[in-house]
Amino acid sequence: MITVPIEAGQLSGSLDQQKNVSNFEAIKLEKAEVIYGRGKKSTQALAPTNLKVEKGEFVALVGPSGCGKSTILKLASNLLAPSSGHVHVGGREVGAKRVGVGMAFQNPTMLPWLSVRDNVMLPLKIVPPFRARYRQERKGEFRDRAEALLEKVGLKGFGDKKPWQLSGGMLQRASLCRALIHDPELLLLDEPFGALDQFTREELWGILQNLWLESQPTVLLVTHDLREAAFLGTRICVMSPRPGQIIDDQRVTLPRPRTIPMTYEQEFVKLTQQLRELITHTRPDAA
Amino acid sequence: MEFIDKMRQKVAAAALILGFFVAWEIICIIFGVPEIVLPRPTLVMDTLIARFPQLLPHVIQTLSTTLAGFAMGVTVGMLLGAIVGSSKVAYDTAYPLLVGFSSIPKVAVVPIFVLWFGSGTVPAVLTSFVICIFPVVVNVATGLATTEPELEDVLKSLGAKKREILWNVGIPRAMPYFFASLKVAITLAFVGTVLAETIASNRGIGNVMMIATSSFDVPLVFSGLFLLAMLGVSLYLIFSLIERRVTGWAMRKSDLSAA
Repeated sequence: MITVPIEAGQLSGSLDQQKNVSNFEAIKLEKAEVIYGRGKKSTQALAPTNLKVEKGEFVALVGPSGCGKSTILKLASNLLAPSSGHVHVGGREVGAKRVGVGMAFQNPTMLPWLSVRDNVMLPLKIVPPFRARYRQERKGEFRDRAEALLEKVGLKGFGDKKPWQLSGGMLQRASLCRALIHDPELLLLDEPFGALDQFTREELWGILQNLWLESQPTVLLVTHDLREAAFLGTRICVMSPRPGQIIDDQRVTLPRPRTIPMTYEQEFVKLTQQLRELITHTRPDAA
Repeated sequence: MEFIDKMRQKVAAAALILGFFVAWEIICIIFGVPEIVLPRPTLVMDTLIARFPQLLPHVIQTLSTTLAGFAMGVTVGMLLGAIVGSSKVAYDTAYPLLVGFSSIPKVAVVPIFVLWFGSGTVPAVLTSFVICIFPVVVNVATGLATTEPELEDVLKSLGAKKREILWNVGIPRAMPYFFASLKVAITLAFVGTVLAETIASNRGIGNVMMIATSSFDVPLVFSGLFLLAMLGVSLYLIFSLIERRVTGWAMRKSDLSAA
């Protein structure tokens, strides 16, 4: 990922650790169920679900809206606790230990009082081991790190701008930088390109693919764009309508790096059509 | 061009303010209003300049009393607001209490303070303290309570603790609300001080005005009012400037706050 000289020692250390546990599941859901509300008013957002994501996988989660895709992400990021069942992240019960998690949301959710660069640097302020050195390195190494990332996503020179001076697409790029700056082992993306136009979206697919190929973090991507899922994922999980359950789980064998022209070739089109059918057939009004 | 436009706006605003006083002067002359009813602005200014050496200690007294009460009020208000805004239980219990307390006319509270602490500076400080807590608490609490959960989620997903979330999201997010309340609070603090000085003190502008009224020295009364207004406006301006520097991100829509 971002290789900053001084950081090298620590980085290789964490990479070694990753290798030792390379067969570990990055995420494991065991009959995880989520119910909102209580009594008669309760709704089951997620039926008991099993899901295993291995280290270094790029899993795309697709399904109709409201099927609980985002709920799974919230479980993995510890924003939500399961009503029953278990969620393991990095081999331990979620929340038991701090795992480097980067998250990007459908809205860029930049803090409006910080510059774009400070927003990108936010995880370094919170997440160990970076937080200890945040004060000293704010204007030094960390700043360079943020600038390097911003340049990769095409935002060179925008670091000093305030979030509201940027367009939606630019903010989403910055949001991606923020999710990646602390070299997370786990990247959780909740429809990060959902609100963007086609061209920006496709460009960002390419950027995200490159970033992933560089350091291969584990990624869980929630999307309702089937082309996006097929373009980015090494594996695609399809979910049924609410209460959501995983009804199909398949590997994507298309070679990398994938390109936009590839998405119009027969193999790719066949894959997306097959996914589409799976989803439309499970919709309650389809029968 | 933009600069010229801005200057033109400023000049127009200044001319209007000046026009207000000119109209006042003219009306007083045309209708022959006796100075015991409504003194002309020029007469008020004359009195103000002539009596300024005598008035100065009172101005300092009122200003320091107000600032002391204000500082206490803001500190306590901020802490209370932070508690009320970040906890549901505190919100539900403290709000009715606060509303009830702030509904009590402060005139009724001054005698109690005098009873407890004797007349003089202490009741005045306390009155202005009490009067400026409420807007600060309400605003800080509102700012914290209305923080977008999405912004908090950004930090929560990083494993941030509650304190870190409050520090990095809640407090900066509440800043515009806090500064808005400061502007209200500083003007209220003057009201509190002068109120207490009028009732139970032998120093301060409130006391001067009280004595001037009883001796029908109306121009002096108006001089006191002028001084209070000017103090209020200058402190308001100072806080507006700080506000613009600190919370400029929330004010990009208009330049009204600078005025």
